[in-house]
Amino acid sequence: MVDRARLVEKYKTSRLDRQTVGMRIAKEFKDGDCVNLGRGIPLLAADYVDPSIDIYYQAEPGLLGYGSAYTIDEWEDIDPELHDAAMRHVRPRQGMVAFDMGEAFNMLRGHHLDAGVVGGFQVSEKGDFANWAFKYPVLHSGISIGGGFDLVVGPKRCIVAITHLDRDGAAKVVRELTLPLTGGRNMVDLVVTDLAVIEVVGPKGNKEGMVLKEYAPGWTVEEVQALTEARLKIAPDVKVIEL
Amino acid sequence: MKNKVFASFDEAVADIFDGAVIAHSSFGAAGQAFNLWEALSRKDVKDLTIVGNMLHPRQPEPTGPHLPHAYGPIDCVLQPGKVKRIITGFTSNVYSAMAGEAAEYDKITKDMEIIPVSFGTISLRLEAAASGYGGILSPVGIGTYMEDYCQKITVDGKEYLIEKPIFPDFGFVKAWKADRLGNLVYYRQQRVHNPLVARASKVTIAEVQELVEPGEIDPDHVHTPHVYVDRIVRIPRGGVGSREWEAVSKVLGFGPGGNRRASLSAQTGN
Repeated sequence: MVDRARLVEKYKTSRLDRQTVGMRIAKEFKDGDCVNLGRGIPLLAADYVDPSIDIYYQAEPGLLGYGSAYTIDEWEDIDPELHDAAMRHVRPRQGMVAFDMGEAFNMLRGHHLDAGVVGGFQVSEKGDFANWAFKYPVLHSGISIGGGFDLVVGPKRCIVAITHLDRDGAAKVVRELTLPLTGGRNMVDLVVTDLAVIEVVGPKGNKEGMVLKEYAPGWTVEEVQALTEARLKIAPDVKVIEL
Repeated sequence: MKNKVFASFDEAVADIFDGAVIAHSSFGAAGQAFNLWEALSRKDVKDLTIVGNMLHPRQPEPTGPHLPHAYGPIDCVLQPGKVKRIITGFTSNVYSAMAGEAAEYDKITKDMEIIPVSFGTISLRLEAAASGYGGILSPVGIGTYMEDYCQKITVDGKEYLIEKPIFPDFGFVKAWKADRLGNLVYYRQQRVHNPLVARASKVTIAEVQELVEPGEIDPDHVHTPHVYVDRIVRIPRGGVGSREWEAVSKVLGFGPGGNRRASLSAQTGN
């Protein structure tokens, strides 16, 4: 029997950091892909894409193919009206195109983007995803739906980037969502956490279950399953995450 | 040529009536019609419905003598009785930016009807109103809370939600350039929902950074054809939302697109 409490302690000290998760997600992109990165861990993936390939990032306010974000020291160079969905001022890039938000969402809904990467709170073993309502009634939380609904349903591949456990040590990869659903049922194709890479097999809208493909160094398959509420099948070629 | 150019923002919003539905565009502050909101906040009117993707937070107040307060829908929301219903996809930023006033915001919005919608849904519902569709079948939101708001329909074995049009009485639009006819050109992220708001609204009021004569904008470069635009007000040079104002706001550390803090926090992925 695996001692879950001990594993939660282990998780606190020996999980992958956010940048490494970003690096792993970056490996999912191919030359020429058009990709929408959500706020949080997903954005970090942009920093680690192989420089020999071109990835075109789409931003919900209506931008495709923008360059890297300015740092705080470069504020003199920013264009105040050129920003991505996370309100970062970004550099223009050759071939960049601007359009309106209706078009940006049509682009998503119409399956024109190769991947959408989103962060959130829970993902279920059938590929349901929750990211917009908080676990506790948070005072002054407001509404935070944003563009996540279309980002989960629209792109050809939906990749979820989350931490494996939440702050209380509860699993985020669960059997059934306890939080309100985002977007639509059975939409998630891949889950990348700071402990594992899990594929949700089956076509969109009709997902069969989760397969553990990779796990973090220093961990075992059994330990990952113990910290995952969802039932994982183990891929025959399961391996340690490589970058 | 019919004169669409108004001398002041107050005149442009003078006929907004009690219970009117007002659509606006907001993603950050780049495409936000600050001056129209300021004029509306001065006007005595009640029970408005505000439709837009975000309630942009109040800008930090003490920005120095060179940078006056930039108004937004939030300033109308905070006036008791003025707003009855808010249809929006994002208000979390209001809370995080209004640390001191969050309690006040809660108190005032307690009796308001706040309808959460996703950004894409707002696009669709404005598009439906703009193009004369009775509704648009959307694949987004099946199985979510949105089913409580929409009718479900199955077409060729696939489920859709019927997104019904929202018909705004007035649309607040911001653009970079307009000619006197009302042809509009937007710059970068000014565009956001502005073209849709212009197309969907019965009366579209545009505040613009530059006003030129017909013919000066190449026909191929017009983003919003003049048929959709009813009123134009030019932002005074150096006024809030003008090019000059943007330059100053950049120096002071916040401004249309976002702010420097956002750029910094995004670097760490938070």
